[in-house]
Amino acid sequence: MPNLLRLVGGATVTAILGFLLLPAVVVTLAAFNSRAILSFPPEDWSWRWFIKAIAYDDFQAGVRNGLIVTAWASSIALVVGAAFAFALDRYEFRLKRTLETVLLSPLVVPHFTIGLGFLILAAQLGFARGYAVVVACHVVLVLPFVLRSVYISLRNLDPRLELAAASLGAPPDRVLITVTLPLLLPGLVSGWMFAAILSFNEFTASLFVTVQRTQTLPVALYNYVREYADPSMAAISVMYIVATATVLTLANAFLGLAKVLNVEHPR
Amino acid sequence: MVSAPAAKTTSGTNGGGQVAVELASVTKRFGKITALDDVSLTVRRGELLTLLGPSGCGKTTLLHLVAGFLMPDSGEIAIDGRRVTDVVAYRREIGIMFQNYALFPHMTVAGNVGYGLRMRRIAKPEMTRRMADALALVKLAGLEDRKPRQLSGGQQQRVALARALVIRPRVLLLDEPFSALDRNLRGSIQVELKEIQRKLGVTTIFVTHDQSEALSLSDRIAVMAEGRIRQLDTPHEVYRHPADRFVASFIGDANVLRARLERIEGSVATVVLGAARVAVPTRTLEGSAVGGAVDLFVRPEDVRVAAPDAVTAAHGIVAAQIYQGGHIDLYVDAPEVSSGRILLRVPSHEAASPPPPGTRIGIALAGDVAIAFRSA
Repeated sequence: MPNLLRLVGGATVTAILGFLLLPAVVVTLAAFNSRAILSFPPEDWSWRWFIKAIAYDDFQAGVRNGLIVTAWASSIALVVGAAFAFALDRYEFRLKRTLETVLLSPLVVPHFTIGLGFLILAAQLGFARGYAVVVACHVVLVLPFVLRSVYISLRNLDPRLELAAASLGAPPDRVLITVTLPLLLPGLVSGWMFAAILSFNEFTASLFVTVQRTQTLPVALYNYVREYADPSMAAISVMYIVATATVLTLANAFLGLAKVLNVEHPR
Repeated sequence: MVSAPAAKTTSGTNGGGQVAVELASVTKRFGKITALDDVSLTVRRGELLTLLGPSGCGKTTLLHLVAGFLMPDSGEIAIDGRRVTDVVAYRREIGIMFQNYALFPHMTVAGNVGYGLRMRRIAKPEMTRRMADALALVKLAGLEDRKPRQLSGGQQQRVALARALVIRPRVLLLDEPFSALDRNLRGSIQVELKEIQRKLGVTTIFVTHDQSEALSLSDRIAVMAEGRIRQLDTPHEVYRHPADRFVASFIGDANVLRARLERIEGSVATVVLGAARVAVPTRTLEGSAVGGAVDLFVRPEDVRVAAPDAVTAAHGIVAAQIYQGGHIDLYVDAPEVSSGRILLRVPSHEAASPPPPGTRIGIALAGDVAIAFRSA
């Protein structure tokens, strides 16, 4: 009986994993299809769509724009989010709960609402055609994730470590540099990375706030798929998955992301 | 004075005479809660003073005020004769050891122990020498390159102690340092800590809620409750002459017996328990009427099984007999004098065959070592 249970259990886990990975598998196989239609399974294998995708001007621009927006948005969100996380963790003040709610609200407000809001606002203020509005929009979108990541790291940080450092003669700035920041580093880096991945991926709000000159990769893909239906997009997807997986694997190896994804020592 | 740079002198070489730490009428509130209520305390140079009390009594608050982690709402604090009431923690030259040791997890043993020296910009050769001395003192030489997580609990505690001592603190603060260690390790580490403390002569304030730990380690004990110091005295005095009912019941085991106050003559009162008369100090009997009921507190080792011809204070039936090695604990039901069970602690060599459970025995009191309080 236990053997049967184990068999059923194993099969269930395999089925769930398969279900989760199914889209990635289908797209990957489609990307290597030599024919100019998105079909599955492919009949002949080829790298041609990878080459075409890499060479395509709009995709190149999309990657470039995406990286610019992502770098700025996640860095700004990191600074702002870390500051708010410190405030929420260290200080008691009026409207603290309200602030917490507002800072986490983008999880409630739909992305298209945020995109539309920024579009209207930017049009009114007359700077609808630059990177600034895209970056600002993305900061709002990714801030909750950075905030959460840094906040959890701060909750994990034993306040007695900072007290011990102070008792040993370290003024507040030295405590920050020698104790607080090194111990928060995994949280800061993972927060930044989550923000970067989300920002680089973001489509709905970006569709509203980008123009031809500033369109990010997901928007470029959308514009492409409206006119063509060849496997270039599948090729882009494969490259994206490989790049992201590589970055995350490296980050995990060097920083131990697992540590910052849950509260280990709640106080 | 407030912003004066930290002096590089070691403790014991400058001002303050025999007083190392002084608190004068210190009050600390957290919102509506008064954690420390008008507390005055003098810690003598070189002594190990224990702050003992139940959780929430204000002992940790007091420690954090001395460390400079908290600022008092009113009152003054001085260390080595220097007013430090509003001096920040990093200028106070305090060594502190926390319950969980609070070692920096991203630094090695050497990094942890050397931290305070680096903050003081001590020159390399002196730093190396002082770190080696500190590690030798706590018997950890050779483990310099380990990370805290690679050490046992006892080793981590030694690192924490070395880290606190290497800066030659004016005062060493110990915040429940033994509660995370298992019982076997605790005893030997306590002895060792006491030896190190005596050897260095470092003034030490030790916080604990464990009364046996306090009795065995302290030069003096400050028993605290509800933000106040109830009694400050040597372990012997606190145990033998508790200032009030709280101290008497918090420190050591005590039997509470229903007795009658017979008369008061100056500082000595006579209390009647069965056929026995006991002389007790008058000071703790305020508000009790002559002829009325009082609660007599008697230590287990001061209660005896009465010899047949002796004056018995009460009669009871042995309920349980527990062999403890060096002594035997007898639990006796004596409903006429106590609602709970009376505990008799008999040295095992005196009682080769103590009365078995079910035996009716007489109970006698040994000498005038009891203390009585107004009936609760």
